[in-house]
Amino acid sequence: MVKIMVKIEIKEEYDIVTARVSAKEEARKLGFGIVDQTRIATAVSELARNIVDYAGEGVIEINIVDKKGVVGGSGSGSSEGRGGDNDIGRGGCLGLEIIAVDNGPGIEDIEKALEDGYSTGGGLGIGLGGVRRLMDEFEIQSKVGEGTKVRVVKWKQI
Amino acid sequence: MKSGSVLTAGSEHAEETKRTRMAERGERPASERIPILQIEDFLLTSIQVPLHDRLALQFQRDLLQTIERTRAKGLLIDITAIDVVDSFITRILVEIAKMASLMGVKTVIVGLRPEISITLVEFGVEFNGIKTALNLEKGLEMLRAWRKGDYGENYGENRD
Repeated sequence: MVKIMVKIEIKEEYDIVTARVSAKEEARKLGFGIVDQTRIATAVSELARNIVDYAGEGVIEINIVDKKGVVGGSGSGSSEGRGGDNDIGRGGCLGLEIIAVDNGPGIEDIEKALEDGYSTGGGLGIGLGGVRRLMDEFEIQSKVGEGTKVRVVKWKQI
Repeated sequence: MKSGSVLTAGSEHAEETKRTRMAERGERPASERIPILQIEDFLLTSIQVPLHDRLALQFQRDLLQTIERTRAKGLLIDITAIDVVDSFITRILVEIAKMASLMGVKTVIVGLRPEISITLVEFGVEFNGIKTALNLEKGLEMLRAWRKGDYGENYGENRD
């Protein structure tokens, strides 16, 4: 079960701040420590900036997810954290999931985009690779001409 | 080119539109500037609002103009109030240090909190060519020592 908490439309620079402030706040409410809050906020900031810089606009979704079977949960054991039932927080492990979606130009070479030092936007080029290092799970789907979807999760240490 | 006061804001049409939109959303105006103070031969500035592109560029311009006007030899940037240092902010800080360096000014960034340091290292950001110090006091000590030549990096500039 995924509980959608916050959905932030990213259209301009100011929305990046809104997104990372919300992410940090949700992380804090979920009980993440200050270091994890900062990791999450930094990742969100980076993903939101990618949307503004490359796609122009998109959406950032912040969700609570739970992982089944981690602390004797009765779920299917799916490691995806997206099971079918409704028992958030019971016998599972809670995490914060961030999904960044845009309909921008897409990424031609994802492997390359994940390498440090690679940037087509004139930035430092550590964005996506850095986001992957800060978070526990990282998935990216992108199609040239259609858009990009990045999903990351940070699990709460028990 | 040189404005009489560092705090004079330029207002273009786009700026006004944006401000109106922000006001409608109950936000503070984007044309807010970051104050720059002088202490001894050094400039001191503390970033306490989220940096965005335009503010960052304005900040860079203001800093360089103030360096020119005051003939400052050192620059202390306090980032204690920044809760997220992403690649954008890092790039801005690295650029400022490089530009200041071209004008003979040494930059010290102070106030990196523990969680920021941890995140920066994991994230992979490098503060290339930037000196850092724990706090304002240590940063000031560093600049003073450098001015006295203790750091062996005296560029031989004229004393005013």
